[in-house]
Amino acid sequence: MTILAKHAGYRQAYDALLAHGVDPLNVRFDSVLSPTEGMLDGRRIILLGTNNYLGLTFDAECIERAVEATRTQGTGTTGSRVANGTYDGHTRLEAALADFYGRQHAMVFSTGYQANLGVLSTLVGRGDHLMLDADSHASIYDGSRLGMAEVIRFRHNSPEDLYKRLRRLEGVPGDRLIVVEGIYSMLGDTAPLKEIAAVKRETGAYLLVDEAHSLGVLGATGRGLAEAAEVEADVDFIVGTFSKSLGSVGGFCVSDSPDFDLLRIVCRPYMFTASLPPGVMASTLEALKTMRAQPELRTSLMRNATRLYDGLSAMGFQTGPEANPIIAVSMPDQNTAGVFWKMLLDSGLYINLAVPPATPANASLLRTSISAAHSLQQIDRALDIFADVGRKLGFLPSGRRRAAGAL
Amino acid sequence: MRHNHQLALVDSNGGGVQSMRDEIADIFEQVLDRPVAITDDTDIVEDLGMDSLGVMNFVMAIEDFYDLSIPLDRVAQIQTVGDLIRAVEDLKNGNAA
Repeated sequence: MTILAKHAGYRQAYDALLAHGVDPLNVRFDSVLSPTEGMLDGRRIILLGTNNYLGLTFDAECIERAVEATRTQGTGTTGSRVANGTYDGHTRLEAALADFYGRQHAMVFSTGYQANLGVLSTLVGRGDHLMLDADSHASIYDGSRLGMAEVIRFRHNSPEDLYKRLRRLEGVPGDRLIVVEGIYSMLGDTAPLKEIAAVKRETGAYLLVDEAHSLGVLGATGRGLAEAAEVEADVDFIVGTFSKSLGSVGGFCVSDSPDFDLLRIVCRPYMFTASLPPGVMASTLEALKTMRAQPELRTSLMRNATRLYDGLSAMGFQTGPEANPIIAVSMPDQNTAGVFWKMLLDSGLYINLAVPPATPANASLLRTSISAAHSLQQIDRALDIFADVGRKLGFLPSGRRRAAGAL
Repeated sequence: MRHNHQLALVDSNGGGVQSMRDEIADIFEQVLDRPVAITDDTDIVEDLGMDSLGVMNFVMAIEDFYDLSIPLDRVAQIQTVGDLIRAVEDLKNGNAA
């Protein structure tokens, strides 16, 4: 018995995949060539699972700004803003985010994960009530555990269930904070935010939306689902990440809450970790500028996403409810999903194998994420590979079996 | 969007641990779709073979039936049917964890 023996159950599931020659946690690229291509074992691979929605990781201006900032300000801040002070990049990035969202305040974190840890554990405390969608990202669950608020989980995307649970709290003291995501990271479905905002208004709760996967993707100017659903005024806090559409790393929170800056002296995942390095902040600022200046990136992204979604659906694959830049194909079980994933990779297509417990409803999923930088030829090549593997595995169901919204 | 099954049970409003145990057994059977025999010592995960998704669906069914929400830290403390009965009684009586 070792100290880690308690996790043996996870090892078993992983070993079952390894037995099929599938090792999804150990894909070692020789190099990454562009937002859409990498080298693996000497072969060129299409990247269709890296959340690089706008394809800005290789943007020449973003790289230039990062290089320049690194040369002039160094590779890192070597500590937290509390201890080592605030750099020009922090101030400018926060101002740019506040401006982009039309909010009074913005605060940056070292990762998106830490943004959720920090904000969720600090906004609500002992005697308060945190209302989480059951399919929330791990960082939301972990944030809820770091704080002292009572955590109540409501059925995924069910404003009715949320309302019922808030009604049960009638007369109970304490703040209520509802947490939902713009686009859910596994299935690519969006929250019914108009309805959730109505529940928030009726019950006097606060509302936080995690736009990690919807920033730069949804809304007329790319602000995310709150903008697309026209309920920004009802959203008290928006959390997001720089590591997807903005092509770097880091997280943020924006708000109009008047005493927002209190977070800077009480939020531990903000205070007790090294702040973002100058190069990262410089490329992020540039990416934000590019995202705002080039709405056509979103048009290309949705064109690619729709093409892949329609193509997979037409073949008979069971996909999620909406054509968003995350498209997940449902598999009957973990091992089939693993074999399918391995054959896709061997054919030159990298996507994500998503299996329990990381998935909602214990689903086994082939998860793709699409980029504005994919060419239509790459999308079509991906569809061909899916079709080929689907046929080889005798998997493609006959006829049109996909029920809308079923998963 | 997935729809979770609704339970067709009617809250008896009847008191007593025995009736609650019967109600809980009915809910287990609906969620698991097979007959179960339970006592206070029945371990929900070990004895009934529920995975985490099963537990979540089961907890949500219990919450619907008794019209209450079991906070996550409270859920984490529940191992046996007896633990569950105590948690539901506490929450019905308005006692915090």
